[in-house]
Amino acid sequence: MSSQKLFFAGSGGQGVILMGQMTTYAAMYEGKETTYYPSYGPEMRGGTANCTVVVSDRPISCPLIYDADCVVAMNLPSLIKFEQMVKPGGILLLNTSIISQRPSRGDITVYDVPVNELARDIGNARVANMIMLGALVRSTGVVSRGSVVKVMEKTFTGSKARLIDLNVSAFDFWKMPQRV
Amino acid sequence: MSEKVLMKGNEAFAEAAIRGGCRFYFGYPITPQSEIPEYMSRELPGRGGTFLQAESELGAINMAYGAGAAGGSVFISSSSPGIALMQEGMSFLCSAEVPLVALNVSRCGPGIGGIQPGQADYFQVTRGGGNGDYRIPVFAPSGIQEAVDLLYGAPELADKWRNPVMIFADGVLGQMMEPVTLPEQRPFADPRDIRTRKPWAITGYGDDDARKNVVKSLRMQPDELEIHVETLFEKYARAERELVSAESAGVEDADAVIVAFGTMARIAKEAVDILSGRGVSVGLIRPISLWPFPYGEFDKIGPRAKVVISAELSMGQMIEDVRIGVGKRLPVRLIHRTGGMIPSSLELADRAEAIYKEVAGR
Repeated sequence: MSSQKLFFAGSGGQGVILMGQMTTYAAMYEGKETTYYPSYGPEMRGGTANCTVVVSDRPISCPLIYDADCVVAMNLPSLIKFEQMVKPGGILLLNTSIISQRPSRGDITVYDVPVNELARDIGNARVANMIMLGALVRSTGVVSRGSVVKVMEKTFTGSKARLIDLNVSAFDFWKMPQRV
Repeated sequence: MSEKVLMKGNEAFAEAAIRGGCRFYFGYPITPQSEIPEYMSRELPGRGGTFLQAESELGAINMAYGAGAAGGSVFISSSSPGIALMQEGMSFLCSAEVPLVALNVSRCGPGIGGIQPGQADYFQVTRGGGNGDYRIPVFAPSGIQEAVDLLYGAPELADKWRNPVMIFADGVLGQMMEPVTLPEQRPFADPRDIRTRKPWAITGYGDDDARKNVVKSLRMQPDELEIHVETLFEKYARAERELVSAESAGVEDADAVIVAFGTMARIAKEAVDILSGRGVSVGLIRPISLWPFPYGEFDKIGPRAKVVISAELSMGQMIEDVRIGVGKRLPVRLIHRTGGMIPSSLELADRAEAIYKEVAGR
């Protein structure tokens, strides 16, 4: 991998920004070049939120992207607005818990990740974004599992250290479908 | 060398200013740089500094004038319309020769405009909105590490030149995150040393000579004011020679040259790679100091070049300096977006290629 461009989109409160930041941290821990750029503005819980992450072996000239190796769509408006952003042959990760519409593209790989149902199986609705982050990392290989676990260990310290196991298990929960 | 850390631009800027020795921060929140006053309010008091949220940008710049006149090392930040409100103060500080580190994390205008990134403050920061003859050294980083390094060095520059120094970033740089290496903390100046380090400052420290210091911009006698302004401009002439800074690549054998700064320069770098793949050799001049502008870089452009393109997030402001740098040697053209819109590297490459083909008659 020389360079991967990732785009995370959803609504405020779905953990979109955190997913992007954790990917960026993980890339930095691997010694890779990385940039993170959020949409910013008068946003709120329930409003739109998206961010761009670039991970590369070489210095990154531009932190802004107009096509992506992978798009994470956490809600329907994100699918409608950003499906076209996926490069031909790229990956689209769909939060099928709340997106029932199917993507129109035939030249990309689509993975269904029903994060809400999976989070319910784990027993904690708040880890939905960590399930999606696991799906992103396993489907793109952008960073290693170990680097993400390291990010969690650095993020959750003190009294929050007990949350590491929960988040790691959420990260590991979604399995890549076997190729037919 | 310390470990790389991942920081949001605005937080890295604030930390760099503290580590560079800025002990006083006065400001008023405005998007896209509100993380700076937030960070300062959290960090400065516990580290021996002073954070004060002003009632407005006018308040902030005049607090900076006062603290700077007393010998304090001051950092202020704002975004475009807020910087506009500070322009009167900038003129006063320049005339009174009071050091200051100022940061503009710019957005788009005119007026309140919008909160998305823009570069249409080029005139404001290089030509100034204040009255009278004055100059402010302005540096435009295109990455967070470069911004950190510039901000870290800025307090020393401001003290050396006894003048405000402006760092001109934009909303992309303020909002994005990139791994950075932070420099070591420089100790804050001991107030008891100010009299020796800044013998011009108003310290009131029981010394008769220091008590006679006057920091002012009012000079009612025309002959006195003329001498003062001429002296200021002797200083600016030295600054023009010493502070000019730019990065250039591939201009000697380029078919076309793009000139861009800040975020636009990062997009331009990608556009240059795209065009190289299409067989068009494009050089890049990235001014780092906007004043003094690196006019000398344009002398490096080789004989193959057909056109120089100024790429800007404005209706074309830097292009006036580019025209001065190029002279009558080559045509100068503009590629721009405004209103907070940012071109993709592909759009920039396509438009630059079209201009090159048109000018070269292909």
